[in-house]
Amino acid sequence: MSAQTEQRENIIKLADQLRWEVGQGFHEQLMEDLYTDAARLADRAVTRPDSKERFDLDRTIDRLVTSRVWGFPMMILLFALVFWITITGANVPSGFLSSILIDQLHPILKGAAASIGMSAFLSGLLFDGMYLATAWVISVMLPPMAIFFPLFTLLEDFGYLPRVAFNLDNIFKKSGAHGKQALSMMMGFGCNAAGVVATRVIDSPRERLIAIITNNFALCNGRWPTQILIATVFIGALVPPALAGLVSALAVVGIAVLGVLLTFAASWTLSHTILRGEVSTFSLELPPYRPPRVWQTIYTSMIDRTMYVLWRAVVFALPAGAIIWLSANVSIGGVSVAEHLINFLNPVGILIGLNGVILLAYIVAIPANEIVIPTVLMLTVLVTGTSSQGAGAGVMFEIDSNTTLLNLLHAGGWTLLTAINLMLFSLIHNPCSTTIYTIYKETGSLKWTAVAALSPLALGLIVTFVVAQVWRLFGG
Amino acid sequence: MSNQPIANPLQPQSVAEACATCPAHSRANLLRLGVDMTDWDYVVALAGNPNTGKSTVFNALTGLRQHTGNWPGKTVTRAEGGFQFGGQRYKIVDLPGTYSLLATSVDEEVARDFILFGQPDVTVIVVDATRLERNLNLVLQVLEITERAVVCLNLIDEAKRHKLEVDERRLARDLGVPVVPTAARQRQGLQELLQAIDDVATGRTVCRPHRLKVQSDKLSYALDRLAREIQAAYPQLSNARWVALRLLDGDEAIADALRRGDLGDLNRAVAAEHAQNIIPLVEVAS
Repeated sequence: MSAQTEQRENIIKLADQLRWEVGQGFHEQLMEDLYTDAARLADRAVTRPDSKERFDLDRTIDRLVTSRVWGFPMMILLFALVFWITITGANVPSGFLSSILIDQLHPILKGAAASIGMSAFLSGLLFDGMYLATAWVISVMLPPMAIFFPLFTLLEDFGYLPRVAFNLDNIFKKSGAHGKQALSMMMGFGCNAAGVVATRVIDSPRERLIAIITNNFALCNGRWPTQILIATVFIGALVPPALAGLVSALAVVGIAVLGVLLTFAASWTLSHTILRGEVSTFSLELPPYRPPRVWQTIYTSMIDRTMYVLWRAVVFALPAGAIIWLSANVSIGGVSVAEHLINFLNPVGILIGLNGVILLAYIVAIPANEIVIPTVLMLTVLVTGTSSQGAGAGVMFEIDSNTTLLNLLHAGGWTLLTAINLMLFSLIHNPCSTTIYTIYKETGSLKWTAVAALSPLALGLIVTFVVAQVWRLFGG
Repeated sequence: MSNQPIANPLQPQSVAEACATCPAHSRANLLRLGVDMTDWDYVVALAGNPNTGKSTVFNALTGLRQHTGNWPGKTVTRAEGGFQFGGQRYKIVDLPGTYSLLATSVDEEVARDFILFGQPDVTVIVVDATRLERNLNLVLQVLEITERAVVCLNLIDEAKRHKLEVDERRLARDLGVPVVPTAARQRQGLQELLQAIDDVATGRTVCRPHRLKVQSDKLSYALDRLAREIQAAYPQLSNARWVALRLLDGDEAIADALRRGDLGDLNRAVAAEHAQNIIPLVEVAS
């Protein structure tokens, strides 16, 4: 042992010895001194207004939005409003984008390919597969995202989200989870991978694991478009056009609320079975309300969220488009690969109120939930052979209105049950591969990663199965 | 060679050169470098309680657009960016918001370890002017660890809205480090903040940070004794008393650092070459 090492070890020994002499209250004593100093310094520096303020706006708002009676209804109302604006606002730009990208640009590209003598195979792969998948992603996803994300970010900037956490805190505690899980769940509504990282604010490993495993029940960016589209097409069609927007918005809110309820249920189950333990307490700070910076918020949410999600979707849509087109155009024994797969998955799909197309789409979309809808549509066109508009197998054609879309899906054998179960399955299934990888990085455990990835999938299969059986029993 | 002016800082040869070396020029010339962090001269850490606007300050300085949000606990990992000011290139690290540096959770550990082992040249502590007392708890803890700090008294606009008056000069005297009032959301006070960072980084401002007054005699004695031993083992260390505190508290990470000999790196004395032009802007009153 060198002299240096010995000197260092001696210091540590001395510290251990002194710790005994100082006694138990050391830490508290120190914190008290710290607080005293801070209070004294703050007191010297700050001059407070003499008269009490007559009216404190922040407090008044807080009393309302965190009230036991009005807290929850206001929350649901506010989110319903956000979705209603999103759904009604997105229709027109969606149609506009698809008419440009699909009706006009696609034939031009195909024509150009033919004029330079490109082979039909290559032109099909590039433009009918990769280009159309991407064009679909953009026209379906960009408008709702460009409306939804800025609105959500405005709420965040204003300071509403911690109030939601405050409202939910009590239920989380009763579920045996940490109150801060409300915050990581909020992040999950943006992106589950981000939500999983956000669980770092939770100190206790037990409660952090619960938060990580249940984060998937917070509906993420990639799944909002699926919910919004299916709700608009199927649920909105059940009621008169005047009410369609409102009713579809409520359907989406319903799914999101179901996700929150499932988070509670799953947390409760986990904390009463494999993750038993004490609930830790913490203090949650309600930040002051700040007037949102509207333009900055719109700008940053466009760059941060909208473009980020869109870019991810496009990156995954390009290869997925190619794979789908290939699987539709490469045949084994006279039947295309895609049809083989769909036929193989169909029995299971039908059993749980979905179909083979949807299940195949969810397998293709493991890297990114964003491409579920484009994949479903391409495959449905393939299966139904709706290629009257001059497109080949596995090619998406123009879908200029929700009615056309509805007709296409009806032709693919879709019913209201399919739509409802798709919305349910979109909420309850395995997280995307990015999230799974993040869970692995955060937990460092294959076992917990497997639990987090597979248990929602199992639950989703059970839920859709039960819904399908009950629905069929009562003659749906 | 006639077209090569003789370098003489006292007598600049051309107007362009005169401008480039004038403080007024460089002050107006914050160069936001985004994620470009190559060849930095100094490292700046951004610490502070949750939801005080660290990310907003970070974005304003780097030109990056890290997502900001009005809720505590938004940043759990650290973000890094770069900027250039006064001819110096800075790397700036946005740490997770914490109430203390006692390392009881992952985010506190990330923040503490960076201030401790990342050796930032300047630690900027962003505080909420409307909640000064609670924010000072963290400031005092940071000042125990490092003496090269700047307090960014943020949300000063909100303090005004609540009719609170904060005497930043008194606070600066009490804390022994520069205190700069800012309203980062409105980009107010950022130039002054940059100047303060620059002054501390280059050693023009020498801080004499407030150190915690320990009330208990027994504790005070134990601390002094342990700190003396630590100082003997690490003569360069500027925060021996803080290390002593952590050791008494049974902080294993610090004990390990001591065993490895990493503690010696904690302190970097003010660069000697700046010694001649030190302007003691901050003086400890008591």
